[in-house]
Amino acid sequence: MTCCAPIDVQAALGDVGQPDTRLDEIRLASRDLGNGTRQTDLSVPGVHCAACIAAVERSLAKLPGVEAARVNLSMKRVAVTWRTAEGSPPDVIGTLRSIGYEAHLFAIDQDARDPELARLVKALALAGFCAMNIMMLSVSVWSGADANSRQAFHLISALLALPALIYSGRIFYASAWSALRHGRTNMDVPISIGVSLAFALSLYDTIHNAPHAYFDAATSLLFFLLIGRTLDHVMRERARSAVAGLARLAPSGATVIRDGRPLYVPVSEIEPGAFVLIAAGDRIPVDGVVVHGMSELDCSVVSGESALRRVAHGEAVQAGIMNITGPLTVRATARAEASFLAEMVRMMEAAEGGRANYRRLADRASALYSPVVHTMALLSFLGWLFLTGDWHVSITIAIAVLIITCPCALGLAVPIVQVVAARRLFERGIMVKDGSALERLAEVDLVALDKTGTLTLSRPSLTNAQEIPPSVMEIALGMTVGSRHPAARAIADAASRGTGQMMAFERIEEVPGLGLQAFKDGDRYRLGRPEWALRGQSPALGPPTSISILARNGEQLALFVLEDRIRPDARETVEELVSQGLGVEILSGDRETVVSGLASQLCIHDSKAELLPAGKVTRIEALGRQGRKVLMVGDGLNDAPALSAAHVSMAPATAADIGRNAADFVFLNEGLSAVTDALGISRRSRRLIFQNFALAIGYNALAVPIAVLGYVTPLVAAVAMSLSSILVVANAMRLTTGRRLT
Amino acid sequence: MTSMWWLIIIALGMGVTGLAAFLWSLRTGQYDDLDGAAERVLLEDGPDETGKDCRER
Repeated sequence: MTCCAPIDVQAALGDVGQPDTRLDEIRLASRDLGNGTRQTDLSVPGVHCAACIAAVERSLAKLPGVEAARVNLSMKRVAVTWRTAEGSPPDVIGTLRSIGYEAHLFAIDQDARDPELARLVKALALAGFCAMNIMMLSVSVWSGADANSRQAFHLISALLALPALIYSGRIFYASAWSALRHGRTNMDVPISIGVSLAFALSLYDTIHNAPHAYFDAATSLLFFLLIGRTLDHVMRERARSAVAGLARLAPSGATVIRDGRPLYVPVSEIEPGAFVLIAAGDRIPVDGVVVHGMSELDCSVVSGESALRRVAHGEAVQAGIMNITGPLTVRATARAEASFLAEMVRMMEAAEGGRANYRRLADRASALYSPVVHTMALLSFLGWLFLTGDWHVSITIAIAVLIITCPCALGLAVPIVQVVAARRLFERGIMVKDGSALERLAEVDLVALDKTGTLTLSRPSLTNAQEIPPSVMEIALGMTVGSRHPAARAIADAASRGTGQMMAFERIEEVPGLGLQAFKDGDRYRLGRPEWALRGQSPALGPPTSISILARNGEQLALFVLEDRIRPDARETVEELVSQGLGVEILSGDRETVVSGLASQLCIHDSKAELLPAGKVTRIEALGRQGRKVLMVGDGLNDAPALSAAHVSMAPATAADIGRNAADFVFLNEGLSAVTDALGISRRSRRLIFQNFALAIGYNALAVPIAVLGYVTPLVAAVAMSLSSILVVANAMRLTTGRRLT
Repeated sequence: MTSMWWLIIIALGMGVTGLAAFLWSLRTGQYDDLDGAAERVLLEDGPDETGKDCRER
């Protein structure tokens, strides 16, 4: 990744209004290294080059208490070790922000090193070493070594092949065995059988000083296959860690009142009955009831509702809701594990069934392929035994058949294409979690879209900006510039574009649930709810759109109409999907009028509104029973079960943490065109996979008769195998050079 | 004939050394940040492993 990396996570996320991270949260998320030294891992998406590394490391190292700071550029992370006398962490996030790098905490559990990758790389290294040295000896044998040195070379080869087979081959044996135990076959079954038989026969031949041994074929087969498998793993890991590096929306801790004093504790330690303080801009950590304060809540992540909800004393609130305007005190009614979030997790697990039943293309191919190959090997053994009566010749030929047909190219055919496809998607800011998701996406025939946060940005914008005179805009900008209320931000955004001027006020205050109030020269300005701004007089307007009124001393100056902004490209994407013959449907938790309004704007005919999370799952399961393959695109907590239930799923990077984890694809760009991009690439990669299958099988169809007739020597097998692998890899690379899908 | 055996042993020995070196470099985390290593070369007097030199300066 260079400075010109096409994806900038931060730019993509924009100013979503990340909650400020508190020092207490930094402490909670840090790891104890002993001796009072603690380590904090931060994800810093903005580091690009040497200058960034220097800036980040130097300014962090200058902080009091920081012992070391080390940037990992590949992962875009910073590890900070610190030790302070009082145990409170240095403000690492604030420091980075002040020098222009957005940073967020990285959960401890996400930091664990990947043992699977280390295992694969070690296996690959060993297989490579053994295969190359055996090949070196084999070349001397092929170029005509005399009988004695030939046997010695074969023995050395056997000694070299043994560790490769045991250590590197175990990955395949384990996978083959677990498939067989469940009464299925996968690609690893023919591989394991072929490799072990080749080794066993070659060992037997070596002891009896026969001219041919297949140690080279067996080990280089393992080597090639491990390359494909390691690349596949690296790609998936990269996507996974990129997703894990996104800012978490849920806080890891909250302030509770214990013995009359505020105390910051991890979310998991909040007991029912505890009083939790929730500042404006924080997310509610557990389900509860408001006992004090008044505020407006953004429930879009939880219910899909785009309009803000006003809450006051006695109302129930769910975990995950964002508190916008005023501070609240909430009495917890459930532990974190029993909160709304946990209920979603349970529904997700229940819904997981459909996707788990999917069988990957490679496994389906091998289910057809391996019986044919094994029967062919058996038949050629029986045939030669019947013709010649020499069982040793017959076994040699049967093994030659197995080796020549051993699905080396087949084993590479799928992973290589998927690695290349995942790379293409990555360049476009789309992370794919695993290869099977690409296969499933190519089968999709219906796209179900969530409304709030998916089709829309879940951020209101001013629709009547041009009707408002600049002088009023100056007042509005002056009032709204410091607020974090979404409506105020939308007005400030529009106003700052229209006018450079800003009116300065003596005093501005935010009244929770009502609006902003400002004073200047004895005049009182109010911006907010109509009846409040106009002191009881309500304008004659229906409530479908959200309206704010700016008034001076109760006299209306301007009327601001706010609407949730539609994601860029949403209309084009929907049209494109429809023109490809896919069904498009909206599944939303929002009110009927809002949903049908958006549906007609986007020319979507099917829309379902006011759906509960379970309702979305039911709808998707019903579609699944009709044989439809559904792609679910959603972002909220309420979408998470539906994301799991769907055949394949996508979520924007701004989605709730749980939704991002549930989805197969996560896209960073603001535009919805990621959906069509991903569809296009997945279809092309599916086509390439089938081409690769055809190539590999056609290749075998040519080679098998030669093997059955007994003309295959180890030299022929080695050349044939390598050639077919190169062919398959070269075909997969066409995905990178092919026409751009723009 | 003996010279050939020596050659084989030397060849294999070199291979094993290379393999051991690779596994060692893997274990000591030298592949953890390949992009960073490439960029750090450009830092004129970059902070050392602990970042200490910056504070002392």
